[in-house]
Amino acid sequence: MKTGTLKQILLITDGCSNQGEDPVAMAALAKEQGITVNVIGVMEQDVIDEQGMNEIEGIAMSGGGVSQVVYSQQLSQTVQMVTRKAMTQTLQGVVNKELQQILGGSKTMEDLPPDQRGEVMEVVDELGETVELEVLVLVDTSASMKHKLPTVKEALLDLSLSLNARSGDNRFSVFVFPGKKKDVEKLLDWTPNLESLTSIFSKLTTGGITPTGPAIQEALNHFKKKRSLRSLLSRDDESFFEESV
Amino acid sequence: MMMNHSLKSQCKVNPGTVIEGKWHRNRYTIIKELGYGANGIVYLAKNQNQQVALKMSDNGMSITSEVNVLKSFAKVQGSALGPSLLDVDDWDRRSGKVSFYVMEYIQGPDLLTFIQQKGSSWTGVLIVQLLNDLDSLHKTGWVFGDLKPDNLIVTGPPSKIRTIDVGGTTIQGRAIKEFTEFYDRGYWGLGTRKADPAYDLFAAAMIIINTAYPKRFAKTTGDFKQLKMMVRQKKELLKYEDVILNALQGHYSSAGEMRNDMLQLTRSNPVQRSTGNRNAGQKAGPQPASRQVYRQKKQKGSIFETLLITLIVTLLYFLYIYGQLL
Repeated sequence: MKTGTLKQILLITDGCSNQGEDPVAMAALAKEQGITVNVIGVMEQDVIDEQGMNEIEGIAMSGGGVSQVVYSQQLSQTVQMVTRKAMTQTLQGVVNKELQQILGGSKTMEDLPPDQRGEVMEVVDELGETVELEVLVLVDTSASMKHKLPTVKEALLDLSLSLNARSGDNRFSVFVFPGKKKDVEKLLDWTPNLESLTSIFSKLTTGGITPTGPAIQEALNHFKKKRSLRSLLSRDDESFFEESV
Repeated sequence: MMMNHSLKSQCKVNPGTVIEGKWHRNRYTIIKELGYGANGIVYLAKNQNQQVALKMSDNGMSITSEVNVLKSFAKVQGSALGPSLLDVDDWDRRSGKVSFYVMEYIQGPDLLTFIQQKGSSWTGVLIVQLLNDLDSLHKTGWVFGDLKPDNLIVTGPPSKIRTIDVGGTTIQGRAIKEFTEFYDRGYWGLGTRKADPAYDLFAAAMIIINTAYPKRFAKTTGDFKQLKMMVRQKKELLKYEDVILNALQGHYSSAGEMRNDMLQLTRSNPVQRSTGNRNAGQKAGPQPASRQVYRQKKQKGSIFETLLITLIVTLLYFLYIYGQLL
């Protein structure tokens, strides 16, 4: 089986978007391009309102990813768990497609008897360990996120620690919204580890609007930019493509 | 802890529910819930008057993955690694399909509860038992991963520690599948999350610390210094200080090594504790110390070699000059 690159957007927010395009639609667009969107809602003492919850679940659902709402103390563990879970989900999708080609019909891994399922699972595990991964992190820096940002930084460092324990390569990029001048601002371009975040994160300013939709759109552009640069270097960029089921 | 509504509702069943497998047609009657985690709920169930533990999850992947681990344990003869696997199946519910597996029911209190009831004199014995099991686990190429008191049950009498929940069990060399921050060496900045024997030994040391701080403690400076300070503040931990600190720094390459050091400490009775302690210090030290000695010897050897070569070359040169002069 060919291993390509898994592409994920990880959105860390604490509430509802209030400007620009509908983030749920943008997430659907991402999915169509083979990019999974995961969402983590961070709470402090405050509780995220129903509207915010719906949006968080909606974005993850249409983005083919995983969503989780947590208190900020549990953020580190959640960020890495959500990322891993989404990876497995995507890989399972890919393996299911292969299975359907072999077995025909609409059979998936879940339809196999438990014994054979175990063997297929080993393949998924192996892929999860070796596959290349690109994670674009989108951090909400609206005013209410201000005191949660140190925790977010810790969680991201922890994420790179977890993922770099794999034998496959990782690349991370970090964007914040709203940015200083624009809706969305690039904080860190593609890099294999996130250690450089420590110095950048302390200088962050928060405030203003929450343009979640435009942020996802900008993230998609960033993935695309990379791809076109790559194609200039004539490297084939095979990506796992999970078609809408 | 984590808010996963769908999980709770999907495989939540009431006592008395009969679960029948789709493939093997075995029937299990649910007695009560034993516990739940991120990957599913474990129930106590009955099958033909035999009590079993049944784990259910609507995430079929994690069930399959855990079954794979338990199956590979079963291949190791006469081992007490994790509970033994009895059945794997799917249960068709109106709301959808739920995957489950059935294992031996390991009965008893968890490690911390047991030590609180019976006293800290049990800590040493149980940890030695645990290290024994870990040693054979590591020899089969696995790392337990999510090692913590909740996953350690003391059965008996005779009291014997057993590991449950293999959700974090990982093949050596891969990234740890599941962990709990307090027992994770990555969280304390003392190593990677790649599965190696030392990863489990770090967790084992944190478990010993945990017995003296049942409520755990928060990360302040979050480094070796903080952990060392926490060990020094508790009398019952001082006894194991050398072993704990060695394990935290990753100085042990195998569980057997740590077990031997631990055994030295538990053998010494309270009257001789101070001498026992000193012994332990010597016992725990030799590994790195002997390595240094070896290195020094090697260095001396290489210096001698260099001198000898220089001498021979000089001699040959003089012979050559002498020959030229003639």
